Amino acid sequence: MLFSIAESFRSALQAIRAHGFRSFLTTLGIIIGVASVIAVVSVVQGLSYSINAEFENLGSNTLTISADTPIEDAMKGKIARITLRDYQDISNTITDINSITPTVFGFGRIREVKFGSQIETSQVIGTTATYRQVNSLYMDKGRFLTFDDNNKRRRVIVIGPSLIDSLELSDNPIGTFIQVGGEWFKIVGVTESKGKLFGFDQDNTAFMPFSTMRSLIGRQSTAPIQIQLSLSDLNSLNQVEENISRILRRNHRLAPDDVNDFKIQTPEQLRNSVNKIIDGITIVLGGIVSISLLVGGIGIMNIMLVSVTERTREIGICKAIGAKRHHILLQFLIEAVVLSVLGGVVGIIIGYGLGIAASAMIPNFPPAAVPFWAITLAFCFSAAVGVLFGIIPAAKAANLKPIDALRYE
Amino acid sequence: MPLIQLKSISKHYTMGAQTVRALNNITLNILENEYIAFIGASGSGKSTMMNILGCLDTPTYGDYCLNDNNVATLEESALADIRNKEIGFIFQSFNLLPRATALSNVMQPLIYRGVSLKDRKKLATEALNKVNLTDRMNHLPNELSGGQRQRVAIARALVTKPSILLADEPTGNLDSQTSIEIMKLFDQLHNEGQTIVMVTHENDIAAHCQRIVRMQDGTIIEDSHAV
Ligand SMILES: Nc1ncnc2c1ncn2[C@@H]1O[C@H](COP(=O)(O)OP(=O)(O)O)[C@@H](O)[C@H]1O
Ligand SMILES: [Mg+2]
Repeated sequence: MLFSIAESFRSALQAIRAHGFRSFLTTLGIIIGVASVIAVVSVVQGLSYSINAEFENLGSNTLTISADTPIEDAMKGKIARITLRDYQDISNTITDINSITPTVFGFGRIREVKFGSQIETSQVIGTTATYRQVNSLYMDKGRFLTFDDNNKRRRVIVIGPSLIDSLELSDNPIGTFIQVGGEWFKIVGVTESKGKLFGFDQDNTAFMPFSTMRSLIGRQSTAPIQIQLSLSDLNSLNQVEENISRILRRNHRLAPDDVNDFKIQTPEQLRNSVNKIIDGITIVLGGIVSISLLVGGIGIMNIMLVSVTERTREIGICKAIGAKRHHILLQFLIEAVVLSVLGGVVGIIIGYGLGIAASAMIPNFPPAAVPFWAITLAFCFSAAVGVLFGIIPAAKAANLKPIDALRYE
Repeated sequence: MPLIQLKSISKHYTMGAQTVRALNNITLNILENEYIAFIGASGSGKSTMMNILGCLDTPTYGDYCLNDNNVATLEESALADIRNKEIGFIFQSFNLLPRATALSNVMQPLIYRGVSLKDRKKLATEALNKVNLTDRMNHLPNELSGGQRQRVAIARALVTKPSILLADEPTGNLDSQTSIEIMKLFDQLHNEGQTIVMVTHENDIAAHCQRIVRMQDGTIIEDSHAV
């Protein structure tokens, strides 16, 4: 038996070499199938890993409350808002809160930050001192906003490190005046860098006191407020969510059968919804890639089937000089396995290379990561196709009488 | 004890409603060291006969005893053994493996009987030597002339030291000069004691043989030295 296997191996390798071009095409089919799966999956998985890592940074005990206009209301032109009063009510009534902060995002001109002749569009956030705790923000220079800043509606600003570069500020810009939305602000602090997320620069931000932002926006303030809070005890999460819901429903005068016009999100939920999106992308891309697997598979099948005539004759010759069924099957099986494994390995390498190249070419894209299941899936599929279509015609031919195999056309 | 005993062998092909009787109730004995030619018109059943003798095909009716073995009752893997050990088959169209060298082609049958690579090389080289082809050992079939290809095929048939050499129109694809050389080779093998059965439709080829069996419409109509 060992002799048979060794000899079949030798014959198989000989056949692979002898049928060079066909072997190459077969392998190519497998390479294309495996490489495309690996490339796509590695890019998507890289994205997913980095998003998850990003969420690890957010505390898991943070809640974000934001407006969420129900579709029916949106169609009637009614837009839901979280108001300052909502913030005050939550802040005053709910226990188990560690820190709570309102945020309001600047829009229009209030996103324009100017120093000298340099103008930069940034994310400008109006908030309070507690923002720093809730979002685990650290200071590089100077200080963050204080409650006093808020109470006195001071024109002070804390900037992210990117603005130092884009506005061509000095290395230590504390005390420098810059313009936001046409008003002058004094820089009192620079935050530590938070890096980039999917190409979005998290350091291109500026923080001003909440009250200052509101006066900048104007009395008729329509800017949506977000409330962020961190819990002192994660176990009370459900209770707190319920209490917040009650307050907001009352404040917004919602009837008992109305749906919420706000949403309370934990980073966990956010992460889940992002993961859902990524899973969706994976499935869609997976579908596209399956087609390339299929095309590769059909290619392999064609090549194998086209050479059946030729090989049936050869099998006939071998049978005429004394080959048994198992000699023939073993040789063809080994041949198919060798080609498939070869194609699979090359495919994985090329696919991974493509994944890395694609990730490197898209700025700020996370590095590619290949999960084991993708390798297994792509590999098994191609190998199965290669082996199946390599062995089925051979098995058929091996069952023929030698004279019928010799006459086959 | 005859080497081969055919008892009432028939081979019928059913083509739709029609039955072609390629062989019809043939009884024939072949002794060791005989040198036989089957001759007859095209379609008279010579190839069918050879294929059955070579265990490439099975008869529809009748018994075939080879070396006292009833071949008709054997299953496929035992038949493969017989083809490998007892029979050397030579085809009109050579039937060499197109992508294997002359040497590999000759070594091939030895793989199926478990001969080691080293011994295979030695035996195959000897066989190629016998057919005068040592200098073309490493050529592929398509790099050889028709006569040389048939020599490779003969070496492949001989390498297993079979009890009987079967050749179906071995000179059918060759020019007359080359045919004469190949026939000289067969004569020499016969002189060394090899049993040879061949098919031809040329009288001067058949003249090399000691016994001539004439066939027509699937039956034997004349046997010069019936045993
Ligand atoms: N596979 C087959 N199917 C149907 N008829 C066949 C087959 N092989 C041979 N025959 C028929 O059997 C007869 C004998 O053929 P064959 O033995 O090849 O003749 P020869 O070799 O003497 O020319 C012919 O009539 C041929 O048509
Ligand atoms: Mg014939």
